[in-house]
Amino acid sequence: MAEANVLSEFWHWWTVIISVGLILSFLYLLHFAKNIKGSDSPDRKMHHTFDGIEEYDNPMPKWWLWLFYGTIFWGLGYLAVYPMGYWPGLSGMSNLSRLEGDQQNHQEKYGPIFEKFAAVPVEELSKDEDATKIGRRLFLNNCAVCHGQDARGSYGFPNLTDNDWLYGGSGDAIKTTILSGRKGMMPAWGESLGEDGVTDVSNYVLTLSNREEADQESAERGKKLFATTCAACHGPDGKGVQALGAPNLADNTWLYGGTLQRIKHTIRNGRNGVMPAHKDLLGEQKVHILSAYIYSLSNN
Amino acid sequence: MSTTANQSTFEHPTYNYGVVRQFAIMTVIWGIFGMGMGVLIATQLLFPEFNLDLPWTHFGRLRPLHTNAVIFAFGGCALFATSYYIVQRTCQTRLAFEPLVKFTFWGWQAVIVSAAITLPLGLTTSHEYAEMEWPIDILITLVWVAYAVVFIGTISQRKTKHIYVANWFFVAFILTVAVLHIVNSAQIPVTLWKSYYVYAGAADAMVQWWYGHNAVGFFLTAGFLGIMYYFVPKQAERPIFSYRLSVVHFWALISIYIWAGAHHLHYSALPEWAQNVGMVMSVILLAPSWGGMINGMMTLSGAWHKLRTDPILRFLVVSLSFYGMSTFEGPMMAIKSVNALSHNTDWTIGHVHSGALGWVAMVSIGALYHLIPRVYGRKEMFSISAINLHFWLATIGTVVYIVAMWINGIGQGLMWKAVDVDGTLKFSFIDSLIYSKFGYGMRIIGGAIFLSGMFVMLYNVIRTIKVAKAEYASTTQTQAA
Repeated sequence: MAEANVLSEFWHWWTVIISVGLILSFLYLLHFAKNIKGSDSPDRKMHHTFDGIEEYDNPMPKWWLWLFYGTIFWGLGYLAVYPMGYWPGLSGMSNLSRLEGDQQNHQEKYGPIFEKFAAVPVEELSKDEDATKIGRRLFLNNCAVCHGQDARGSYGFPNLTDNDWLYGGSGDAIKTTILSGRKGMMPAWGESLGEDGVTDVSNYVLTLSNREEADQESAERGKKLFATTCAACHGPDGKGVQALGAPNLADNTWLYGGTLQRIKHTIRNGRNGVMPAHKDLLGEQKVHILSAYIYSLSNN
Repeated sequence: MSTTANQSTFEHPTYNYGVVRQFAIMTVIWGIFGMGMGVLIATQLLFPEFNLDLPWTHFGRLRPLHTNAVIFAFGGCALFATSYYIVQRTCQTRLAFEPLVKFTFWGWQAVIVSAAITLPLGLTTSHEYAEMEWPIDILITLVWVAYAVVFIGTISQRKTKHIYVANWFFVAFILTVAVLHIVNSAQIPVTLWKSYYVYAGAADAMVQWWYGHNAVGFFLTAGFLGIMYYFVPKQAERPIFSYRLSVVHFWALISIYIWAGAHHLHYSALPEWAQNVGMVMSVILLAPSWGGMINGMMTLSGAWHKLRTDPILRFLVVSLSFYGMSTFEGPMMAIKSVNALSHNTDWTIGHVHSGALGWVAMVSIGALYHLIPRVYGRKEMFSISAINLHFWLATIGTVVYIVAMWINGIGQGLMWKAVDVDGTLKFSFIDSLIYSKFGYGMRIIGGAIFLSGMFVMLYNVIRTIKVAKAEYASTTQTQAA
């Protein structure tokens, strides 16, 4: 009811008078139709023709009139029963009250199922087929749009099946990620490093995963820059720090591509990865089951 | 024999048929273009390779081109051609303001061509059915004001005492579309091809759908009822069923349609009372809409036998049937609990096309088959059996299209709402897409059948014009000898 109460008194009456007044005016229109000066000749034809077209003055069909009257009175009734302006309606029902009712029914009907699973730790729950089936449905409707139907991710969205974790792969870590979301913030270094610096650091990053195409001379220069600029987050050996969500650069998993060009682009312009928080969207119990499903993808 | 001389002798002694011929031919050409775009984007939905991996040919850019081309290029040219024809004949006077008449033709073609260039380039305002950027909006305004001046000017010079009902509908359509276009296009230009609307948030959505639904209500309903009110009695050679019904349903229709747009925003950020008013007005709209169908259908009573031999009359009758069906479907879908199932599904697309193909296109095609021979000084089209063939292609194409979208839409709605034993959603979005594949294929077929009918029409029109010209050439030669 609260959300219907958004109009000032003036605008409330303005909308009520105009819309209800229009509906009432149709009653007048139908009444007025009786007074239309029609045909007085026995063949019911009007006294005018247009380009050879004549017009009869037959009465309006009864069933049509009843249909019209019926919808008019139904419409007035509807506006009395449901919200109109700041009038909450005789029924007191609104979109919001129905949503709240549905949510309550849902909780009463299905709540016990999820409560039962909530008591089991994520790691253990991941072996329960009943739970992972629910988790999979939740995944397909809430996560697949970014991480893919098969959870293998895509450009900018992590693969959830490979046991390579930005923020940790324990049951609790996965659950925290889903509940509260994550912000993967790689700052842009283009201005402070300069284009040569970006190239040097990129070449050094290539050497961390033993890639042959790295320009060794450039990588040597980049090594010093890496120690002062990148090591704080990615660690001195470039193996990443899960507490910060800083990716391991020494393996061959690349969220934004691992070519020299892509790495340069990442260092120059930075990256902003966002995993949205799902606590308010799904509730903790559903996230618990979802975490078990995600965990099962790389651990079973 | 020069073409210009040819053209001028086709002129009716009093009426301006030149502009009617121009608009009539462009209706057929833009019809093929717009519906062809429709078949292409329908194909893209099933076979993404047809996006060609180019930005200019991507679905997102061609879809607005399809809608604008069929509504404003095909539908618009049909309205110009028929309204200019009807107003002259029912007022027994020549179109007023000759230079403005020419401007409406060339100006409207310029609007269409600029839309066809800018939309694929990605220049868009994002308001549905009004995607053209502000310079094109200004040109539309100028053409539309010229149209209003010509049309109302012609009526004011009429030689008849009363104004015929078809012209009431045309005037209502012209004036309301002017208001809709101007309010909905209130933008602040930033560069030549970029502007921002003055509205924001839910108010912007409401303005957009107030406009969008009345593009349907006034452009595609009131205007085409004007077409119906002339060509149905004319082709059936029967009087209009009820003058009284015309008066009542005209005033009811034009005063209530303007309220219905909010039903596009059910369960959205729009205040709930506005959704409720939109729903109530949409349901009350049923009877006024059906008034036009009743008047058309009952006009035919006593002439039903003509349907056996006259495919033009068949086009008109079937268009009225689709009109009656979609104006029942519309109010039903506007009811909140039905909308909860139908919203965002292909059912909406099906509903739109039962109106666009079944009503708008069929009534226009029927009207053009009546009008084209007459403005070229012929008794009838070159081939009646080709009209008959076109009738069946159009009818079958429409039915296949609509049924495909009903199957898809209702299935999608049910799948999206289905829950499993534990209360979680049973199907993913992809599941509903896989389910929709069959309907998408069926839609391509239905659309292609309808489109093929338009090519039959183009052939028939070209042959009719050729015969008319040859006949004219031989008479003038005889006279010269």
